[in-house]
Amino acid sequence: MMATADDQFYREYILDHYKNPRNYGRLEQPDISHEEDNPLCGDVVGMDFRVKDGVIEDIRFHGRGCAISQASASLLTERLKGLALEDAKRINKDDVLGELGIEISPARIKCALLSLKVLKVGAYGLADDDEE
Amino acid sequence: MAIRTLDVAAIRKDFPIFETGIAYLDSANTSQRPRQVTGAMLEYFEKFNSNIHRAAYRIAEEATVRYEATREKVRAFINAASTKEIVYTRGTTEAINLVAYAWGRKNIKSGDLIVLTILDHHSNIVPWQILAAEKGAHIEYVDIDERGELRQDQFADLLKRGPKLVAFNLVSNAMGTINPAREMVAAAKKTGATVLVDGAQSTPHQPVDVRALGCDFYAFSGHKMLGPTGAGILYGRRELLEAMDPFMAGGDMIKTVRVEGTTYHDLPWKFEAGTQAIAEVIGLGAAVDYLNELGMDAVRAHELEITEYAYESLSEVDRLTVYGPPPSRRAGVISFALQGIHPHDLATIADRDQVCLRAGHHCAMPLMTRLGIPATARASFYVYTQKEEVDRLVSSIKEAQRIFA
Repeated sequence: MMATADDQFYREYILDHYKNPRNYGRLEQPDISHEEDNPLCGDVVGMDFRVKDGVIEDIRFHGRGCAISQASASLLTERLKGLALEDAKRINKDDVLGELGIEISPARIKCALLSLKVLKVGAYGLADDDEE
Repeated sequence: MAIRTLDVAAIRKDFPIFETGIAYLDSANTSQRPRQVTGAMLEYFEKFNSNIHRAAYRIAEEATVRYEATREKVRAFINAASTKEIVYTRGTTEAINLVAYAWGRKNIKSGDLIVLTILDHHSNIVPWQILAAEKGAHIEYVDIDERGELRQDQFADLLKRGPKLVAFNLVSNAMGTINPAREMVAAAKKTGATVLVDGAQSTPHQPVDVRALGCDFYAFSGHKMLGPTGAGILYGRRELLEAMDPFMAGGDMIKTVRVEGTTYHDLPWKFEAGTQAIAEVIGLGAAVDYLNELGMDAVRAHELEITEYAYESLSEVDRLTVYGPPPSRRAGVISFALQGIHPHDLATIADRDQVCLRAGHHCAMPLMTRLGIPATARASFYVYTQKEEVDRLVSSIKEAQRIFA
């Protein structure tokens, strides 16, 4: 029974994104580059953006940490690539959590939202408001 | 003298929380509390709830007597010379901050050296960093060797530079290393340093004798030794405490207050301003009684047995690294990491199996940096821990490895 619960939490595609992260690495001469960490657990996520005519033409992320933080970053880059900056700005925490599609406990919410923080603080210089 | 062995099955009956089915492996974080402790607190609330040291009616006298009785219990438990040397605080953190503020601001000067260790908890680092920045003092940290033990050669070299203060933990919360405290205190005292020992992880788990230890200050928390949160102890040698000014000012810490000025109360009340955590202090007294009943030698012996068992069990797991010294040189704490699985993911999977496991930097970020890792998973044990709980941890680890394979 427990195994099933675990499998639901660590859904196959989350593990897949963790083990085979999409858009992983660095961009040479990015237009925007920003990194954030979660000092409580040592998770780190950074993103490089290339922006042309208001559209995110290319994106890479790098980092280390738990499956939730890294899969969340990988999923977010997939969504951001090719997206207009204006549309990217509208991505909120519900979108990110919805994309993960699992119940995130309060203790892990910062892991799940670290990549969104990188996007908001780095790409738009938005206030570092608490996503909790 | 033969050491008694703990009757763990009987002990567990005193802890209603185990009826929930959890495997609790996070006692270095906070322990569970037996009915004897919660019962003593409940008795205060229901039978003699009132403020101490003030009122002249019977239940307030009862509250005062019970509150002060803990002081004698704690004095005897750590073999201090006098109850005047036993100051109630909220916990270890407040006790160390009290010393940093009330002793440190008076005694640490520009250019002074403070010696800490890389094994220290943030609560024994940050107060000294603040003090050092304010006074223009500087801090050096004793490093560890490859076994996770303090480099005594480096410590000896630092002592040659005449530190004003030496502060270190007797047991590392992050790795469980038991430091050779008696030797370290003696060496530091020989150079004239004032010595503070952080006893947060040692007091619950082994016999403590502050006079044999020879330190000037000794700090610990009640909530890691079966007591409630919010009640801890600062032990200080009397002459040092006498020479210190108060930490907090307000009611109960004064003798007389006039508009022109105030005279402070005698020890230890000089350091206990405002309405105190009465129920919690009474609970701490009950925790000390409980531990005395078990016998601290027996407590240590049980933990060593569990730690050896866990160390062996974990060592047999593939792709698992245990940090720190062998079981005989560590307290009931095992920090470890799994290749390819972040400690938080392991803790989440373990939680699904009701195994309570700590994951993170354990308030020892300098140590994590030193080890070159962001975090570890940590299992820690106490008087109620059974081998079956360790087995459940190993199952959870294997389950995590299956999921992440």
